Amino acid sequence: MNTLGILLTLSVLAAFSYYIGRKRSLALATPAKRGGNNLHSLPGYYGYLVAIWCGIPALIILLLWSVLSDSIITQMTLAHLPTELQNQSGDQVSLISNQIRNLVANGIETATDPAMKVAAEEYSRLQGISNMAKTVVVLVLAIIGFAIGMRFIKPTTRARNQVEHVIQYVMILCAAVAILTTVGIITSVLFESIRFFGQVPATDFLFGTHWSPQTAIRADQVGGSGSFGAIPLFVGTLLISAIALLIAVPLGLMSAIYLSEYASPFVRAYVKPALEILAGIPTVVYGFFAALTVAPFIRDVGAMIGLNVASESALAAGVVMGVMIIPFMSSLSDDVINAVPQAMRDGSYGMGATKSETIKQVVLPAALPGIVGAFLLAASRAIGETMIVVMAAGLSANLTVNPLEAVTTVTVQIVTLLTGDQEFDSAKTLAAFALGLALFVVTLILNILALQIVRKYREQYE
Amino acid sequence: MTEATLNMAAAAPQTHKPAAGGREEFAHDITGTVGKPFLDGKDTKFFSRGVNVFYTGNKQAIFDVNVDIGRNEVIAMIGPSGCGKSTFLRCLNRMNDTIAGCRVTGDIRLDGEDIHGKEQDPVLLRARVGMVFQKPNPFPKSIYDNVAYGPRLHGLAANRAELDEIVESSLTKAGLFKEVKDRLQTPGTGLSGGQQQRLCIARTIAVSPEVILMDEPTSALDPIATATIEELIDELRQSFTICIVTHSMQQAARISQRTAYFHMGKLVEVNNTKTVFTNPQHQLTENYITGRFG
Repeated sequence: MNTLGILLTLSVLAAFSYYIGRKRSLALATPAKRGGNNLHSLPGYYGYLVAIWCGIPALIILLLWSVLSDSIITQMTLAHLPTELQNQSGDQVSLISNQIRNLVANGIETATDPAMKVAAEEYSRLQGISNMAKTVVVLVLAIIGFAIGMRFIKPTTRARNQVEHVIQYVMILCAAVAILTTVGIITSVLFESIRFFGQVPATDFLFGTHWSPQTAIRADQVGGSGSFGAIPLFVGTLLISAIALLIAVPLGLMSAIYLSEYASPFVRAYVKPALEILAGIPTVVYGFFAALTVAPFIRDVGAMIGLNVASESALAAGVVMGVMIIPFMSSLSDDVINAVPQAMRDGSYGMGATKSETIKQVVLPAALPGIVGAFLLAASRAIGETMIVVMAAGLSANLTVNPLEAVTTVTVQIVTLLTGDQEFDSAKTLAAFALGLALFVVTLILNILALQIVRKYREQYE
Repeated sequence: MTEATLNMAAAAPQTHKPAAGGREEFAHDITGTVGKPFLDGKDTKFFSRGVNVFYTGNKQAIFDVNVDIGRNEVIAMIGPSGCGKSTFLRCLNRMNDTIAGCRVTGDIRLDGEDIHGKEQDPVLLRARVGMVFQKPNPFPKSIYDNVAYGPRLHGLAANRAELDEIVESSLTKAGLFKEVKDRLQTPGTGLSGGQQQRLCIARTIAVSPEVILMDEPTSALDPIATATIEELIDELRQSFTICIVTHSMQQAARISQRTAYFHMGKLVEVNNTKTVFTNPQHQLTENYITGRFG
């Protein structure tokens, strides 16, 4: 039986044991005497308890077996190989084991080397035994678990507490998955970055002003020696993010104020979702809108007033990115403005303040921490955005703060460094990880700041 | 009114015979306000005739309220929850304008001036008729800025020294200055509940209003803070007219000169506080103050 089949059988068994466990506990329960019965928990909890005993240990063994069996079988197969094949470097051995697996998958007859054929047959045989044993062990374990679970159906068993305990562990596991993923990403980026900094000094990377990552991949290629000064990328990122925020913050904030303070409920009910549609447009669509519509428009306007605008400009990318993050700004600000208690507004009106005075002097200051939080979230979104910049701002790493010229950003360079042919020990490829690490650190700091500020705001009103 | 009063008085002994104008029947039929709702013109600060308030969907909250509020008096408005006392209070400084779908009709005059008149700006009216709310609602600013908020809005101080003086005198009048004089720059939200409410009173006084409306100002406070505020109200009567809505009949009896009893959106009885509590003329008033309902 394959793993999927075992899983299905296991779920059927668990459902069955829930049913049996519940039934047994109902049979145990004495008829209600003066409004209560002798069971500690509701019958359903006994059912769950039996199902847990039946399912969880078997499931854990199944998982472990599936994960570990392959490497154990490979080891055993390799042990049977002729000695001249065994005494080779680690890379060669892993190549051989891959070949054996391919043979098993594609048909052993295709093998040319008799030694390999023998090995493949051995591998296939072991796999068969392993699958058989896995099925038997898991199902037997499920049945043993069921039997143990049934023994626990007694009026004195605190089934509810035990089931809730198990559920608590399941939830911890779910939380751990997200955290472990983050840790995994960070470590992988960190180790590659350390390799990069082994080849290029960190000071050159952080403070160099020239970015030209093209290195010769093969010895016969003619290529630049490669220089990895990331300052132009950081400046480009900052420039485009600043333009985007300059567009998004006033527009988003103003629309939030309109929506929360002035709009009638009817207008609000339609305008707010409409604004949020902006957030649903894929960034690649924004990208070609920027490249095909906005950038030529800006160039033409520039030409009209006598400015020389590059056809791919930071301005075009920044403006479109700004439009893209308007809903972040407006939606979050709208929420925090709405969260300002009506009593604040009443207090201000009661003093003879006008609506605009109330908004400027009471509502906005009260909502300010939340608005700053929204701003920082929008900023980290702008810094991480890639697609629009790839399409509209170009790839040339100019060190400039002129928004009319083409610039490039950290994320865009990561994309260009990692597309096409790669060699994972060249500085060019590893630079992508260093850039990724730098970006990660910056957005992490922004997010932490944003969360701190939002938390401080919540404390004030609850 | 007088007729109704006489009917009441005449019917009072005959509790077992529900005749026309008798108690039982009268209890369900509030035809007009008994007691002494009206004052001489020269003593009148607020004059209100035929005031009705409607909320969204033509739901009427208060019905035909006629009452005068005297200069430098404390008038307490009492009645069961939802009787319209707060709604009427909010008519007096047009705070109901800020509620969507709320409509006020009738004639309300402040010193003879129609507050719904075309040339009347509700913003300026609210500077003359200040308001203190049920829950202390200091702004999330410093104590100083809370009090300086109104004077700054209305340009009452020419320079910093004048502003300092207004802040100090307002806090002093509200009985808070001694407690906070060393921490004027700390947030107003950091004060205790009773201090916050006195801060709100100081804030209201700072714009020198003529009338202060108080909507259950002590209902969120403990008895000691309540006592402090009540003493304060008594002192403030020297310079302001005060209308106070309260749930506590004892409080009304302690601090007010006149008391108005509202029931189901109607003004049932207005009289000197002592008369209302010792010799109520309307059955509903008597039921309420003797604790039979409400």
